[in-house]
Amino acid sequence: MHLLSKETNINFVGIRKIALAFSAVLLLISAYSIVTNSLNFGIDFTGGTMIEVGYPQAVDLGEVRTILEQGGYGDALVQNFGSLTDVLIRLPVIESENMAEISNQVVALLQAEQTDAIEVRRVEFVGPQVGEELAEDGGLAMVYALIGILIYVALRFEYRFAIASVLALVHDVVITVGFFSLFRLDFDLTVLAAILAVIGYSLNDTIVVFDRIRESFLKMRKAEPVEVINTSINATLGRTIMTSMTTLLVVIALFVFGGEVIHAFATALLIGILVGTYSSIYVAGTAILLMGVTKADLMPPEKDEDGEVNPDGSQV
Amino acid sequence: MNRYPLWKNLLVVAVIVTAIIYAMPNLFGDDPAVQVSAGRLNSVDLQLVNEIESTLKQAEIPYKGVVLEENRLLIRFSEANEQLEARELIQQKLSSKDYIVALNLAPNTPAWLQSLGAEPMNLGLDLRGGVHFLMEVDMNAVLKQTLESYASDIRILLRDKTIRYTQVNVENGVLTFGFREAADRDAAIDEIEREYNELEVAINENAERPTVTINLNETIVRETQNLALQQNITTLRNRINELGVAEPTVQQQGQDRIVVQLPGVQDTAQAKKILGATATLEFRLVDFESDVQGAVNGRVPANSELYYHRDGRPYLLNKRVMLTGEHVINAASTIDGQSGSPAVSVTLDGKGARIFSNITRDNIGNPMAVVFIESKVETQTIDGEEVSVRRQIPEIISVATIRDQLGKKFQITGLDSTTEARDLALLLRAGALAAPIDIVEERTVGPSLGQENIDQGFASVMIGFALVLVFMIVWYRLFGAVANLALAANLVLIVALLSMLQATLTMPGIAGIVLTVGMAVDANVLIFERIREELRLGNSPRASIDAGYSKAFSTIADANITTLIAAIVLFGFGTGTIKGFAITLTLGILTSMFTAIVGTRMVINLVYGRKQRPKLSI
Repeated sequence: MHLLSKETNINFVGIRKIALAFSAVLLLISAYSIVTNSLNFGIDFTGGTMIEVGYPQAVDLGEVRTILEQGGYGDALVQNFGSLTDVLIRLPVIESENMAEISNQVVALLQAEQTDAIEVRRVEFVGPQVGEELAEDGGLAMVYALIGILIYVALRFEYRFAIASVLALVHDVVITVGFFSLFRLDFDLTVLAAILAVIGYSLNDTIVVFDRIRESFLKMRKAEPVEVINTSINATLGRTIMTSMTTLLVVIALFVFGGEVIHAFATALLIGILVGTYSSIYVAGTAILLMGVTKADLMPPEKDEDGEVNPDGSQV
Repeated sequence: MNRYPLWKNLLVVAVIVTAIIYAMPNLFGDDPAVQVSAGRLNSVDLQLVNEIESTLKQAEIPYKGVVLEENRLLIRFSEANEQLEARELIQQKLSSKDYIVALNLAPNTPAWLQSLGAEPMNLGLDLRGGVHFLMEVDMNAVLKQTLESYASDIRILLRDKTIRYTQVNVENGVLTFGFREAADRDAAIDEIEREYNELEVAINENAERPTVTINLNETIVRETQNLALQQNITTLRNRINELGVAEPTVQQQGQDRIVVQLPGVQDTAQAKKILGATATLEFRLVDFESDVQGAVNGRVPANSELYYHRDGRPYLLNKRVMLTGEHVINAASTIDGQSGSPAVSVTLDGKGARIFSNITRDNIGNPMAVVFIESKVETQTIDGEEVSVRRQIPEIISVATIRDQLGKKFQITGLDSTTEARDLALLLRAGALAAPIDIVEERTVGPSLGQENIDQGFASVMIGFALVLVFMIVWYRLFGAVANLALAANLVLIVALLSMLQATLTMPGIAGIVLTVGMAVDANVLIFERIREELRLGNSPRASIDAGYSKAFSTIADANITTLIAAIVLFGFGTGTIKGFAITLTLGILTSMFTAIVGTRMVINLVYGRKQRPKLSI
């Protein structure tokens, strides 16, 4: 079965203004939401205590809230988690001598009102200092990843390709983070990991397109850059869609069957892959065009590679 | 051109067969087991095996087998309730002896796989259940303690040299001495510098009165902090033994933190209490005149108390405590210069040295004992209610004869081995005023959630895998089937590598595998799309296959290296579970390059390589 039976010839670059406008709107909404709404940071970054308890039967959240309020934990956030019998309790950082023991006190409080044993399914406590460090390290990781990629792409291609690919990545990251901000989804350590994975994935996509653009520039000697880029995006379109499909399939499997704990992670991947696929088709090529890459720019690095002949005699 | 040399085919087959073998142990699951490991005083041996076996037989608890390893014993059961019953029984049986009895899981790996060194993967705490603590040593307090002990020493020094000072202050990591006259200040600087070359002494020009500021130099700061950390790690290890955890981890993280992982622990309140317990030291004179045997039988003299040495010998000690651990600054194992035998050198602070010096002067020739007292929190059942009781457990760790009047620094000699000297030094340090330590992060996962995570993780891998298989066959027909073989091989390779590296599999790690399954086919998609393109251009099938593989190669390499950069950054930054994701993602990228390029090419060559003008099913 062929997804695209004939060679496609869609004028992706021709509609670049529409694509740019679309991206700009998404970016603006994302940026606006991040600035005004901020993010719903999980306790990984803010510090605090999170307790997931399992009741033997469905429990009234209002009751749980009352018990906690009477116990002195008025600012606890209480919600169901995955099912009606599971309750997730979130507490902000409470400055006290032994912050680490708050979870045990909360559980004891809830157990006192219950004849059947309640099950502590999960406890996460992050001290404020650790949270700050995790947030800082996470931000740094993102920057390091982008710089590492910038350097690699600049070495393998040309600096304008590197800038274009990093632009596409920033585009993907901002929109994915914006989605989390707009819908007030929990942003925790796993989401950050997912975003780094999205950076890897989206770049993978972009590199494939760039590789083809470089190849086409050298092959189509008389063609205009617009034509070259268009042809390259079309030539790789089948692959771009196929890979996005298989990756989306597994991420959907993770989203549906992976359980609550991995939900936010899967959501970030889902959004990131969709945006990443779009950006490698519409954004990365346009960015190269805007920076005015021509065939001449690609000649010098290509010369170095003339020496590299694959063992089977082919040249890439 | 579409044929691999024999060695290449054999290589692929060899890699995959090896991977299958090393991935296999994960299929056999594990048995509930009771683990018995030796404490300080004894070892696990065949006699213990016999004892436990006869105990279990007597109680008619069926067991599958007993494995004697280097320093532990694993008794396997088929049912979890048998395991619990047996633990109770074995614990009772061994309660008077120094053994740690804990619940564990014993992998069912067949002997022939074990003999090849094949082991199943480690499961992270989020999959097997347990507690992860990150503890932080309060280094400011440590430095303050150190400065305060210097302050008391320098006071004595100045008094001895009749240099008058007006005030002493420890604040913000700096020790200051104030003087009335500048001459006193200068004399003090001379004396302090002569006595303590590890201190940085300076005049504070900004102060109204003549003032000296004293700082610890950087080497001392680092040494002090490192010592405090090591001391806490030692103390934590000792205490964790009390919890009866099968495979605990206590590890330094960074400059001032300790990671403690306790698989299978449920009662976190209890664990926190035990980890937060304190130990102290007491130096006491030995009452060698009274009858020890009589005391053991209940006739303890009025001025003495009965204590036991770690080796089990009873001693009568004076009720009066000479000195407590807070005056001990440091203890290190060393070699006695005179006898050449192992020794422990102990350093006291100024006040401690004075007290000690007075008492030892009057007791030369008499034995002295060092008592290590650990406060433990135990849960007892009183009137049907569980109550936490703090209990002090004293234990003599050293008895030595006082040979001289002892001062600030002295040695404990007469030790049998360097190991004993090291242990004693560790205990002395642990019992000295320990650096305050706080839990700054906790992650606990209950056993049912752990199992759920495993089930859900497994389900998502399998469903994701199945979806990709179907998708690839529909799209690329025979070539898709070949890619699917490669994908399956890739999964086996990842599991085999994780098992061989004994890496820890976490839930994000499983997510990494799922993601790899989706992305691994990318290389094949690139190749197959290229082949189709070449066919469209009218090239022969064989040339198209060859061109497809060779032209796609650099693209695949570029794409994977950039993803690898992201994965490696993730690994470097990663804490705990996130690292698991980075590991599986990295391994997945590497193995997929092999299976998707070399592996599929081999199969494609075998199918089409010998035909002159094959019709490609793509």
